[in-house]
Amino acid sequence: MYAFELTRPTSLADAIKALGEEDAQPLSGGQTLIPTLKQRLAMPSTLVSLSGIEELKGIKNEGGTLSIGAATTHAAVARDGSYPALSDLAGHIGDPHVRNRGTIGGSIANNDPSACYPAAALGSGATIVTNNREIGADDFFTGLFETALDEGEIVTAVKFPIPEKAAYVKFEQPASRFALVGVFVAKTADGVRVAVTGASEGGVFRWSEAEKALDGNFSPDAVDGLTLPADDMIGDLHGSPEYRAHLVGVITKRAVAKAG
Amino acid sequence: MPADGGIGAPMKRREDIRFLTGTGRYTDDLNRPGQAYVHFLRSNVAHGRLKSVNTEEAAKMPGVVRIFTGADFEGVGSIPCGWQVTDKHGQPMQEPAHPVLAQGKVRHVGDPIAAVVAETPDQARDAAEAIEVDIEDLPAVVDMKKAVEEGAPKVHDDLTSNLCYDWGFVEENKAAVDEAFEKAAHVTRLELKNNRLVANPMEPRVAIGDYDPAGDNSTLYTTSQNPHVIRLLMGAFVLGIPEHKLRVVAPDVGGGFGTKIFHYAEEAFCTFAAKQLKRPVKWTSSRSEAFMSDAHGRDHVTTIELALDGDNNFTALRTETFANMGAYLSTFAPSVPTWLHGTLMAGNYKTPLIYVNVKAVFTNTVPVDAYRGAGRPEATYQLERVIDKAARELGVDPIDLRRQNFVTEFPYATPVAVEYDTGDYNATMDKLSEIADLSGFEARLAESKKNGKLRGLGVNCYIEACGIAPSNLVGQLGARAGLYESATVRVNATGGLTVMTGSHSHGQGHETAFPQVIAEMIGIDPSMVEIVHGDTANTPMGMGTYGSRSLAVGGSAMVRATEKIINKAKKIAAHLLEASEGDIELKDGAFSVAGTDKSVAWGDVTLAAYVPHNYPLEEIEPGLEETAFYDPANFTYPAGAYACEVEVDPETGKVTIERFAAADDFGNVVNPMIVEGQVHGGLAQGIGQALLEGCAYDEDGQLLTGSYMDYAMPRADDVPYYDVDHSCQTPCTHNPLGVKGCGEAGAIGSPPAVVNAVVDALQRAGKDVTHIDMPLSPSRVWAAMNQ
Amino acid sequence: MTNVTMTINGRSVSGTVEGRTLLSSFIREQAGLTGTHVGCDTAQCGACTLHVNGESVKSCNMFALEADGAEVTTIEGMANDDGSLSTIQQAFQDHHGLQCGFCTPGMVMTAAALLKENPTPTEEEVRGYLSGNLCRCTGYHNIVKAIMAASGQDVSRIAAE
Repeated sequence: MYAFELTRPTSLADAIKALGEEDAQPLSGGQTLIPTLKQRLAMPSTLVSLSGIEELKGIKNEGGTLSIGAATTHAAVARDGSYPALSDLAGHIGDPHVRNRGTIGGSIANNDPSACYPAAALGSGATIVTNNREIGADDFFTGLFETALDEGEIVTAVKFPIPEKAAYVKFEQPASRFALVGVFVAKTADGVRVAVTGASEGGVFRWSEAEKALDGNFSPDAVDGLTLPADDMIGDLHGSPEYRAHLVGVITKRAVAKAG
Repeated sequence: MPADGGIGAPMKRREDIRFLTGTGRYTDDLNRPGQAYVHFLRSNVAHGRLKSVNTEEAAKMPGVVRIFTGADFEGVGSIPCGWQVTDKHGQPMQEPAHPVLAQGKVRHVGDPIAAVVAETPDQARDAAEAIEVDIEDLPAVVDMKKAVEEGAPKVHDDLTSNLCYDWGFVEENKAAVDEAFEKAAHVTRLELKNNRLVANPMEPRVAIGDYDPAGDNSTLYTTSQNPHVIRLLMGAFVLGIPEHKLRVVAPDVGGGFGTKIFHYAEEAFCTFAAKQLKRPVKWTSSRSEAFMSDAHGRDHVTTIELALDGDNNFTALRTETFANMGAYLSTFAPSVPTWLHGTLMAGNYKTPLIYVNVKAVFTNTVPVDAYRGAGRPEATYQLERVIDKAARELGVDPIDLRRQNFVTEFPYATPVAVEYDTGDYNATMDKLSEIADLSGFEARLAESKKNGKLRGLGVNCYIEACGIAPSNLVGQLGARAGLYESATVRVNATGGLTVMTGSHSHGQGHETAFPQVIAEMIGIDPSMVEIVHGDTANTPMGMGTYGSRSLAVGGSAMVRATEKIINKAKKIAAHLLEASEGDIELKDGAFSVAGTDKSVAWGDVTLAAYVPHNYPLEEIEPGLEETAFYDPANFTYPAGAYACEVEVDPETGKVTIERFAAADDFGNVVNPMIVEGQVHGGLAQGIGQALLEGCAYDEDGQLLTGSYMDYAMPRADDVPYYDVDHSCQTPCTHNPLGVKGCGEAGAIGSPPAVVNAVVDALQRAGKDVTHIDMPLSPSRVWAAMNQ
Repeated sequence: MTNVTMTINGRSVSGTVEGRTLLSSFIREQAGLTGTHVGCDTAQCGACTLHVNGESVKSCNMFALEADGAEVTTIEGMANDDGSLSTIQQAFQDHHGLQCGFCTPGMVMTAAALLKENPTPTEEEVRGYLSGNLCRCTGYHNIVKAIMAASGQDVSRIAAE
């Protein structure tokens, strides 16, 4: 790692102020950032730790909407249980130790194309709350490791409307255990949402064709015969674009079946 | 024999106490006063000409002690290779130089270019980044077959080509083998790859060089399986330090699996730099660095053909293998695809005619050398896959086809130059059938089908040659070292024993198992025996721990030394008991006169040896300490039969191991708990090779699997509980313990069982799949199903 | 450089660290507790697992400053007060749940976290919970068995007995 200062503000206001410094970068759970720093792929002057800010932690269920503070760990979300599909997803990110450190805000803001949380946020139609504004998930994830966040803007919470039915199924990449393909399906009052992670060169995306089919018939059969073009799919040593495109169909069906 | 601590007892391991309480001492836990830290600047290109290495600015960085480059090693020796193979024309292999730091060219990603010694690890790394390196990129060779084509870029400019050797075995038999193929009723042919693996012991390598100017003594602390071998290779061939001025210490070592056998440039560097700088120099490998600097394993591409007569008897076997050496010859690399592979191609079968051809090839990749099993897994995989394919082509039961061709009479001289002393392959197959519940397979198949899963059963046999030796034979085969072991047994005045062994323990439990042997021999409690290993300063010469040889060779040396002790102790006892030496018996820790009630305790005899007041000083010396060297008469030949049941998810191609059973014949067993643990570990590595692990390079020689994010290590939920058995025991006939070795069996025997099972599952589902190359990842299995 | 103080195995330890100093480095180099091992640099192997405020974490994937004021437990703090092996440690020895010992501290710390959360886990739950801890020696068989045994479950019928 290159040398940097690490500060631990205890209020959001102090954190925002510290992030205003040149080359300052937020540190949430650090479960992805620290390995990146070890590879010397990032060179922040200051890391602003968010782990000491109590106002960024905690889970509130407000009239069918689950509001999760950005610095809430995966383990805490997994234990919560008021949105079962989300808790199930959180309980299978990484491993137990990673879940005790990694946070929802860090995961959402990083937008790793193989991460689980972006699928939950997009699939649930969540709202990402920042220190400045609220951004709908559909507008938030803009590409590989890219989000709508501005410089110095941080995620403070994520609000999930709890759907009628939902489930997440992850098919793991054998080495990293990240999603080779992960699909989050949710049956909401406004229709079905299907969000796919791990598969696309463009990061998490909604599979609108499947959503349409499932709108009329929320059962695994509805996905039969639907295919995704392999063009934009990731191809690497763990699977060709064709394989990933195929898996999206299989895993979507399984997610629908799991949602019940 | 002691009730619970002798041979055959599942004694709990004494070394566990320190490992379970965090008080083990691994090399990285050691720090020498005033030590500096080294960071190696490594090549990020696979092949290039070093035009310049400018360290001027880097040298001014904070904390930098000194920066070394290839030029600093011009008068220093090359990292040596310990085995010379002679090719099929009688010519020695091509053997390139291997400088400690790159000179002139870089030849693989990870090849060290410069070494920065600084006050802290971070300062060393910071300065390494400031070194200006000008490299002219050269085209890389990665694919072995392309590497030996006319006009391919040469890894080493001073060699005639990238072909290290073209080995024929047994060359004189080739014509007869070819003729047998012409006459065969059936020929089965298979092309396969034995995937490149990274050993990945959980402890990364570490080296600390230390130098004492007062006595001109050098010390190297290193993560090695064989400190004496490192002392010999590094001292004599690289740095020119005589052995009496060089001490090598390998303290607790966190696993080896072969990759910690070899002498590495980093060890030589730290020893060299410590002497130059007159201060200790420490290197701790990161895991990322390990992926590009630890020797890799396997990486063979083979065509194998099996000829059968009209009655399905194996009549001949013919193979052509390309074996990757990587960019330099690692310590034992040339021996792996030849003498550790060709000699095992008979397997458990009485095939009368065998010809093995191996082309060893240089490529722009990390050097490849022995990894758990080393050559024997490659032989077993080819043979057991081609037999399985033959059975399917012929429509016969794969187990019956094997049984029909088993070697059943021993000793058996194979057509590939080895002689199996004992074995009973039908017995292990019978035992396998029982523990794997093969008769229940059909019911489990039906259950899987109900759940929408494809189930398959794979069975195979294996044989391995372990306890590598004897020295005069391996010398003829090109080994540049002997392969004996030695032990010094020191009995202390009050009866406790200290055993100094040249074998090294890095997980095998020598500290527990070796005392069991002595406890059995003398009839004392094993807690009276202490094992000392891992430090050349206080142990006799040892060739190290690999090839499942520690108990068979090192344990035998200890037995021989203990026999000498007992013989001398009997003389002392005879004197004390005023009896004839021939009448003295040793039992339960006491010497007695046969047929009388006269006896003297072990401790009284040992005390007499050191307080020789009443002692036959005119006949024997005081004291009780003996050393023995043991050079075995033959290899040992563990063998067994393995069965794997898999389920394949037809929609995703994901394979899960549902059951795995291993019936092994290891001869006599000293500690069955440790033996079972060794098999378990080997099985996980073999299953890992079959399903998960595969080291990959792109065509430019960039390493695609440079961390655990892409190199799939087996985890707890990738494997099942294993059913293992070692009750079939045909003791080795030529070592005093009758043991054969158990360290590698699991890794040798399991890959073909897994692949046979997956092919079985797919064929049962009507898929026309006869082979899939390892690792059988979901994407590969899915692609095979949908080809 | 910043001062940091934490309680490690009941003992207060202070030191001076950089922002980039990892908790694992602090524990090994400044607290002198070398039982916590580092086996990778991508937070995958779990050899460095220890407990911070009662929760298991990978100490090579956390900065020392983030543990300022925390209660840390390492493998050196796992034995009984009289120095004898704890139930989990004893189960690892009894069932040969370790070979080279390098991953062992992380395995024991993980087992302790699991059994605190789930006192009688199934085999599948144990294997799942170990997904962040690599062992290259044991093939996991005896680790899983040891943890099952430590939870008080009968392991006598498990394969290979």
